[in-house]
Amino acid sequence: MAGRLDIRRYPGFAAMTVLCLTILYVPLAVVIAYSFNASTSLTNWGGVSLRWYADLFTGVEAPRFRAAAWNSITIASLAATASTIIATAAAVAMVRGGQFRGKGATFALINLPLMVPEIVTAVATLIFFSTIGLMTGYLTILIAHITFCIPFAYLPIAARLEGIEETFEQAARDLYATRAQAFRLILLPLLMPGVISGFLLAFIISLDDFIITNFVKGAGMETLPTAIFGSVKQGIKPNILALSTVMLTVSILFVTLSYFVNRLGQRSRA
Amino acid sequence: MAGQGASGAAATGYRSLTGPLLLPAWAMIGIFLLLPVLLMTVYSFLTREFRGGVDWTFSLAAYDRFLLSRGLFGDEPPVLEWTYITIFWRSVWQAGLATLICLIVGFPTAWFIATRPLRSRALWLFMITVPYWVNLLIRTVSLRFLLRDQGPLNDLLIGTGLLDSPLRIINTNLAVQLGLFYSYLPFMVLPIYAAVERYNFALSEAAADLYASRWTTLREIVLPVVRPGIIAGCILVFVPSLGAFLAPDLLGGAKTYMIGSLIEEQFKGSQGNWPFGAAVSVILMTLVLIMLLVYARAQGRAGVR
Amino acid sequence: MDEVIAVRQGVKRFGAFTALAGVSLTIGHNQFFTLLGPSGCGKTTLLRCIAGFEDLSEGAILLEGRDIAGLAPNLRPVNTVFQHYALFPHMTVAQNVAFGLKMQGMAPGPRLKRAGEMLELVHLSGFADRLPSQLSGGQQQRVALARALAPSPKVLLLDEPLSALDLKLRQAMRVELKQLQEETGITFVFVTHDQEEALTMSDRIAVMGAGEVRQIGSAREIYEAPVNRFVAGFIGETNLLPVRVASFAGGMARVVLPGGHQLTCPAAQTAPTGTPHVSIRPERMTPVAPGSGDLDASVERLIYLGTDLQVLARLADGTALHLRMQNSARATPPAAGSTIGIMIEEGAARLLAD
Repeated sequence: MAGRLDIRRYPGFAAMTVLCLTILYVPLAVVIAYSFNASTSLTNWGGVSLRWYADLFTGVEAPRFRAAAWNSITIASLAATASTIIATAAAVAMVRGGQFRGKGATFALINLPLMVPEIVTAVATLIFFSTIGLMTGYLTILIAHITFCIPFAYLPIAARLEGIEETFEQAARDLYATRAQAFRLILLPLLMPGVISGFLLAFIISLDDFIITNFVKGAGMETLPTAIFGSVKQGIKPNILALSTVMLTVSILFVTLSYFVNRLGQRSRA
Repeated sequence: MAGQGASGAAATGYRSLTGPLLLPAWAMIGIFLLLPVLLMTVYSFLTREFRGGVDWTFSLAAYDRFLLSRGLFGDEPPVLEWTYITIFWRSVWQAGLATLICLIVGFPTAWFIATRPLRSRALWLFMITVPYWVNLLIRTVSLRFLLRDQGPLNDLLIGTGLLDSPLRIINTNLAVQLGLFYSYLPFMVLPIYAAVERYNFALSEAAADLYASRWTTLREIVLPVVRPGIIAGCILVFVPSLGAFLAPDLLGGAKTYMIGSLIEEQFKGSQGNWPFGAAVSVILMTLVLIMLLVYARAQGRAGVR
Repeated sequence: MDEVIAVRQGVKRFGAFTALAGVSLTIGHNQFFTLLGPSGCGKTTLLRCIAGFEDLSEGAILLEGRDIAGLAPNLRPVNTVFQHYALFPHMTVAQNVAFGLKMQGMAPGPRLKRAGEMLELVHLSGFADRLPSQLSGGQQQRVALARALAPSPKVLLLDEPLSALDLKLRQAMRVELKQLQEETGITFVFVTHDQEEALTMSDRIAVMGAGEVRQIGSAREIYEAPVNRFVAGFIGETNLLPVRVASFAGGMARVVLPGGHQLTCPAAQTAPTGTPHVSIRPERMTPVAPGSGDLDASVERLIYLGTDLQVLARLADGTALHLRMQNSARATPPAAGSTIGIMIEEGAARLLAD
């Protein structure tokens, strides 16, 4: 009876949510399940096995995947580090810098990578590098990644910073701390959960990128997504399912980590 | 307490540092995104060079090709060229439909999550967002794997005797729709969730008190109040769907060709046409920016910051 | 040199808004000095200018005779207790208290010893290793005090530090704050909008309104001898009666009350501007038989307040008036609708400057 009176409850909404989650998770679950398939054929179930995971390290495509993984991970680490530093500096200026001329334009610029469709960014970046004559490859991918990761790192950092009362820094300044000391000893520790979230998101975004990387990578250079795409174009093979499962696990691990860091941050703020 | 916000800047002393602090962001995005976008616009007015690249002479050929047809040998009187407009129209239509489906599924989901007890709410929300952080390519591949003619879905349908022959989903509009929906659903749920979470449920109680039924309340009270969240969600789904590349490329076929693939093709190998690819990109970007601008104006008028 | 702080013609503007419109005041050594006023009167702005979080647009602030304009907060020997304490949430209580000393370059040994002493001073010795979030509001308040006092500042600034506490605790803290000030001998500059708080603790009070200092004096002076309508109206309850000034000399005035009765009363040093008013506190008037007092009024309503009775009355010319009488068996309250006479106590009426 209580349900009838609850104005928050609409019949069918719960079912829709379950449907929603089902659609989101079933394909992933199926890929994970089939990645343990012992059979060479994708269609038949041949029992549980780890042979396709072993294949990732020993199979014909192993060297290609290994190189791609190395590129992906190093690019993601470097891009996430650089964009987090850039975004932190920008967030401090935007949130703590008061009003200044061009603040609105700066905000738009920082968020520009989110507003321009990815494929357009890819085209523009390719044209730019080709015009200035920079050889496409590792460096061009890295530069492009740093650029589009900035807003992803910026958003959680700025959000966290807005939640930190300025009086903490004022109190530090009042207690004889210099500006640098107030930043290092007070603001940065309080901002850390935001910085970590920002870093993790930037890392995943970089690791995930396919379209832009595909345009600016040049011949012979691969990251994991472009390597997978290349393989899939010739038909899905079981080793791709195993590789997908590994990447999927890494992504989920990172998001979970970021989620708990944030939760911890919220508790420390209270 | 007037002016405390502005005053703080003097107190923490970052005001004099805003320039140096913003310089890296300005430089990175200015040089490696804004400048390239401007350069791309310039490219769209240049002459095509075979084997990729451009010849630096002014030309309207790219836009001309987009809009007009002059016959096979280019000597007939120009008539409106439908090929590319059709591709654009199909993209807009596909993206619009995907947005609508995301809204139909996303709104109830967002509402349901926002009305959970505080403790479990974070978990539900987390479950909705996790797939978003899984590589888009992997998600699309997994969908393609699931839906293949000999894939697990058809296995199940045939195995249980529901069907005799496999359902041919791959290479259809349906597959592309599913792909877009699957790619961008969280973008719809999150802003609506944020709006519903702020919604004052006493409004619903007031409506019920004044004899409105549950569904009337939803239509007359809830939807208008959470509208900014719904619009934000629609834009966040529509914009990336419009320029989507992976879903149409991996799930669709020739009949589902969209702008993303059209652009990509212009930069591939020697058949490419850089000025034309740049022109299509400029048109796409303009379309998107106009939408964002309209949205920002509407939000501004609604008093949401 | 007698004063720690001197503010000379301080003006502070935020864009088009003027927060301080030419404030001048001096604050002496070993004093509990209160800036009292309604919200938006500029008291917090003045405090922040002294702390160094803001700079004056015009005028000067002297700290022991030295102009401190443009000096960053960390270079001023002045500490602040913030409204919501601003205890560093990621540091223990001891680390919080020792922070200022550390910044001043004191070695870890002496600074921990000093932090311990400060915690003892505020009765929180056992709490050194707790985090601020593990303390109650009152305890956090004491940590904030200890932290700000640890570096032995020349002046301690307190920005409505009691406003976040509940009533009981607030009342207890008033006494403790005053004691702390006397024990340490440091000048406290205390900002509040709560007049009771100001009256109970302060050696001197500056009443502020609309960015100006309206009166400076002891609690008794401000309550009993307000110089203008703003101060008379802001501190406690009062009646403001329009009068005609018959004569004015040497701080005394002869005024004509509404109804024609004349009265000699103390006045501010300057002759009144505009319509002259006298201020009379409600508890300093007594109802008497009609015609036998200084004024005649009709009683409109009686309000029961427990220990007191409030009488709302109106003069013949329409001026509203209220008086308070003790709720005792000996006094018979006037009936609503009746006409009474009102006797004004000797010296209770005061002619205001504006």
